[in-house]
Amino acid sequence: MLGKLTLSQIPYTNPIIMGAFGFMILAVVALFALITFLHKWKWLWYEWLTSVDHKKIGVMYIIVALVMGLRGFADVVMMRSQLALSFGSSQGYLPPEHYDQVFSAHGVIMIFFMAMPFLIGLINIAVPLQIGARDVAFPFMNSVSFWLFVVGVILVNLSLAIGEFAQTGWVAYPPLSELNYSPGVGVDYYIWSLEIAGVGTLLTGINFFVTIIRMRAPGMKLMQMPVFTWAALCTMVLIIAAFPILTVVLALLSLDRYLGMHFFTNTLGGNAMMYVNLFWAWGHPEVYILVLPAFGIFSEVIATFTGKRLFGYTSMIYATVVITVLSFLVWLHHFFTMGSGADVNAFFSLTTMVIAIPTGVKIFNWLFTIYRGRLRFTTPVLWTLAFMVTFTIGGMSGVMLSLPGADYVLHNSQFLIAHFHNTIIGGTVFGAFAGFAYWFPKAYGFKLNEKLGKRAFWCWFVGFYLTFVPLYILGFMGMTRRVNHYDNPTWHPLLIVAAAGVFLTLIGILLQVTQVVVSFLQRKQNLDLTGDPWDGRTLEWSTSSPPPSYNFATIPVVTGRDAFWEMKHNGAVNHRPTEYRSIHMPKNTGAGVFIGLFNLALGFALIWHIWWLAILGLLGIVVTLILRTSSDNIHYYVPAEDVARIENERAERLAR
Amino acid sequence: MSSYSARIEEHEHDDVTSVRVFGFWIYIMSDCILFASLFATYAVLHNNFAGGPTGRDLFELPGVLVETFCLLISSFTYGLAMLARNRGSKSGVIGCLAVTFVLGASFVGLEVTEFHKLILAGHGPQQSAFLSSFFTLVSTHGLHVTCGLIWMVVLTAQIAKKGLTVATSTRMMCLSLFWHFLDIVWICVFTIVYLMGAM
Repeated sequence: MLGKLTLSQIPYTNPIIMGAFGFMILAVVALFALITFLHKWKWLWYEWLTSVDHKKIGVMYIIVALVMGLRGFADVVMMRSQLALSFGSSQGYLPPEHYDQVFSAHGVIMIFFMAMPFLIGLINIAVPLQIGARDVAFPFMNSVSFWLFVVGVILVNLSLAIGEFAQTGWVAYPPLSELNYSPGVGVDYYIWSLEIAGVGTLLTGINFFVTIIRMRAPGMKLMQMPVFTWAALCTMVLIIAAFPILTVVLALLSLDRYLGMHFFTNTLGGNAMMYVNLFWAWGHPEVYILVLPAFGIFSEVIATFTGKRLFGYTSMIYATVVITVLSFLVWLHHFFTMGSGADVNAFFSLTTMVIAIPTGVKIFNWLFTIYRGRLRFTTPVLWTLAFMVTFTIGGMSGVMLSLPGADYVLHNSQFLIAHFHNTIIGGTVFGAFAGFAYWFPKAYGFKLNEKLGKRAFWCWFVGFYLTFVPLYILGFMGMTRRVNHYDNPTWHPLLIVAAAGVFLTLIGILLQVTQVVVSFLQRKQNLDLTGDPWDGRTLEWSTSSPPPSYNFATIPVVTGRDAFWEMKHNGAVNHRPTEYRSIHMPKNTGAGVFIGLFNLALGFALIWHIWWLAILGLLGIVVTLILRTSSDNIHYYVPAEDVARIENERAERLAR
Repeated sequence: MSSYSARIEEHEHDDVTSVRVFGFWIYIMSDCILFASLFATYAVLHNNFAGGPTGRDLFELPGVLVETFCLLISSFTYGLAMLARNRGSKSGVIGCLAVTFVLGASFVGLEVTEFHKLILAGHGPQQSAFLSSFFTLVSTHGLHVTCGLIWMVVLTAQIAKKGLTVATSTRMMCLSLFWHFLDIVWICVFTIVYLMGAM
């Protein structure tokens, strides 16, 4: 009846796991109680969960991503404190099988359930506004994407208490991830959470690609799009082209595990290296999926806060496109040690080094934008400057790793760990925080507290270097990744420094939480009444903060780059039409939530081999989709009077 | 409703249709990559027989040829359905879709029979990496066709009930793309897997 699921699968004897899961349950119960106490269930359901409004979906993405970021960071604290303690005779407090789950979960969560959804959330909020659209091309599909991502999140968190998570690292290489060596459900949790969330990401890719190509405001040519929109467009191309490969590779691994096939097994002709190749054919584009939107954010931030046009717009776009193409030609540098021969390694070494050129172009463009500008040192700008330094260092260590000779020494060492955190934290995470502070007033209508933001930034910045510079050194000293215990006395001091860095970062995170709370409490003083708190250049700042559901009462007509800046200088801002028209908008729908729920049932059932539930889940998805397509009542009109009322209220606020 | 707003409405509908079809094209591109990955897998593993049978031992080309013709003709009849749609003939559309469905279902039936025979003879996907990749590639295509068939049933019911509305004609257009796309994939499967395997 319940497949492999029995009571003995719950690790109730492990105090760490039970404590963590107990805390999660407590947090969820407290949240539910609060919502019930405030009578907010109806509001939550009708205004948020069933919403197909891209701004609200974006906000929900970011909230879930932040919560998952905390979860992923809890893993960091555990790993770093374990390594500070477990030297010589001390074994620390995490046994290997638990430690392995922690680093696997950390990688999976941070990449799939923190970094990517955070950026997709920002894209959701900003891109339709930047191109002067009223919504995305497929609003309902957007809701489905979000809920599929949430299903992945729930599955990963369930694995904490029901069963186990993968002990294979976030890449789950076979043969370790095959049934022989990972007989538990850990790898199955990994497979199905990523498969389901991955389909959601693919749908997002299609949705935003079509939105950007087909729904731009009249007059906006491709080479007039804001740089962030361009970055989003290239990211969507990467998603559309790369995610099917992940879907396939995980499906093949599941066929090995579930049906006894031989794609990656050691026996009967399987080829484990094929997994590694396919995985990175997706995986390298994935790192650009993570960093291209961040590049776009930095471009917006720098142009806005220097009050100048971005230097070298055209070269910036070409650099982005070149990176998009090249990202598919470098996958083998993740495993030079496969031993494919000098010629093959040389090819991938060169393509990898070539990527440094367009990236360098970008760095110089940002520097030249600052040159002779009046840079305002706001929180987003601090993150941007920190990014330029940090990402350059990360890029340099990447070029070092791109030399096969050096890579043979540094492969799978702490040097590699330092390198990719240097680029992912320095690029993606700093970018996400810059974008968070930059677009926060647009999404919520009030600004974040600058003082706390800057303090958090400094803790993060210093904490980051304190954590990862020791890891570069440890890599040279021969420390490999994924160890939970060591005997070498020269490593110990460096690992203590790294742990200290993590605690400084933790203070930064606590300051960020405080920042959000304080800013919310003081929101009356920090209201953004104009909709343009930073003297922005692009269309999202031309509407109110937060924007009305229809974004723009009249669709703007674009005549050049930096459309809003141009309007401001032509005196065309806040020009109100004599009459408003009613606006055609998609209706909210619960179908996305239900599809998510059925997917959750399906995923959970597949993990535990509960076949009746799997069939039920699948049927539920199909039936919900059919019902949805059979319904004609999916749109409504915002009446012209309502539009006029909302716009007049805004005009009054502006006049005051 | 004034003629002006009617025109706006019509314009919006045109736009909705073309955006949907464009979106579906993009989906097909991503599906192309999905099949490309499976073909690549097959290319890597197609000689890994692990002492088991080869394609030459297993493939029966006449049966596969019948399958192929079922699918090719079904693409033609789907084309006829699209012509009927353009004429606005609801009964023509339903008739052609029904014929397409029968042909598609025969294709799936023949494929399942072939698989059943192989598995009964002990040559299931567990026997070797070659057979794993063969079964996976071919049945992924078959699964797509099956999904297309389910979609066809639902769409036919919707057309029967609501007629050829903007929504149903747009979906017909998307399913048409899907159906022809699966035909093209099958041509590749037929050539690379069956013909090259059996020669």
